[in-house]
Amino acid sequence: MEVAIIDYGAGNIRSLQFALERLGVRGHLTSDPEQIVKADQVIFPGQGAAQSAMNKLKRQGLDQLIPQLKQPVLGICLGMQLLCDYSEEGDVEGLGIIQGKVKRFSDQVKVPQMGWNTITQNQTTLFQNIKPNEFMYLVHSYFVPILPETIAISTYDQPYSVALNKDNFYGVQFHPEKSSKAGQQLLQNFLNLSR
Amino acid sequence: MLTKRIIPCLDIKDGRTVKGINFVNLRDAGDPVELARQYADQNADELVFLDISATEQKRKTLADLVLKVAAALDIPFTVGGGISAVEDVAILLQNGADKVSINSAAVKNPALINACAQQFGSQCIVVAIDAKQVEGQWKVHLVGGKVPTELDLFEWAKEVAERGAGEILFTSMDHDGTKEGFANSALARLSEAVNIPIIASGGAGKMDHFVDTFTHGKADAALAASIFHFGEISIPELKEQLKQQQLAIRI
Repeated sequence: MEVAIIDYGAGNIRSLQFALERLGVRGHLTSDPEQIVKADQVIFPGQGAAQSAMNKLKRQGLDQLIPQLKQPVLGICLGMQLLCDYSEEGDVEGLGIIQGKVKRFSDQVKVPQMGWNTITQNQTTLFQNIKPNEFMYLVHSYFVPILPETIAISTYDQPYSVALNKDNFYGVQFHPEKSSKAGQQLLQNFLNLSR
Repeated sequence: MLTKRIIPCLDIKDGRTVKGINFVNLRDAGDPVELARQYADQNADELVFLDISATEQKRKTLADLVLKVAAALDIPFTVGGGISAVEDVAILLQNGADKVSINSAAVKNPALINACAQQFGSQCIVVAIDAKQVEGQWKVHLVGGKVPTELDLFEWAKEVAERGAGEILFTSMDHDGTKEGFANSALARLSEAVNIPIIASGGAGKMDHFVDTFTHGKADAALAASIFHFGEISIPELKEQLKQQQLAIRI
């Protein structure tokens, strides 16, 4: 099995690689379009600011490549947000795979949200064998509102999307690699998906 | 619902845990990786590693340790102790730390907070603040509380938040080691002063202290060391009790 992790300088990749290793899989960190296209699964990580992330993707032509991928793609954290077409963070256009606008949490709550929040989902493929109200670890200041593509919800200042799915594209706002056994299960579920 | 976090803190010297580890079932009480795993198994929400070694090898030893911890641990962890430059932060994050905690260096060079937040994002920058009361005023202290500064705790907290810190780890030197509870009135004031998460540290002695700091102290997380290491409070029991008090807790 070939798992490509898209390399565009998106921060803490090491933990993700270790989490995959614990599942017996090597994640190849790469920005090479050929390698990405032929991988069985692609993970699109993300951390930091939306604008600089989009700039980095554009510089490598990855903003054109990612929406055309045909195998299962998993966006994590900012990677999920960038699947959408717009982010308030830096007033920037995302990849536009999913129609949705990323917004900032209100000042009614502490920003960033940091910690373990309940994830409500109805056990779609990505969430198989995960309890309907499991806890996952989240760190973020911006969120994706609830969309037709939403497959899991959490609540902070308001209910919002913590997982999305459209065709072969999946996104999770939480960090499965840091969410204990439930996170590991989610990664395993993703690895079980095929083209 | 976002849960309140319970965070054991491990003191590290030359790549080993120091003092006060009295855990059953530990083959090697000095091995930070083994101890970290035990805490993860007990449902600790996060871990903090505080490096107190002072050798020239320190940076490399710590970076190596972070890599080992990241390989073994599937919950988030923060690394602190002597971090003074953007490059220090870079290597720790590259090796798998989720957050780094900056203390004295932030006071000496506040622009370091901005630089780190810009480069790595606020979400991984914790600013640790040690403070105690001097003539009724909370003053920031350095070097584990030994060196006083003129900085007011609440003003400094606002400044670090404005500069891009994603979280504050507040240790009350007046409460640390007393086992008489956290500095809840100062903590509550901190939560009013800034809009980023606050970790309470210093003073944990019994389970009720955690209830108090999450309610009266409005803390988002609570950190303790010896009471966990010595098994005086077991994390599963603590979390069960907190949950019974209607607090949002991950079990």
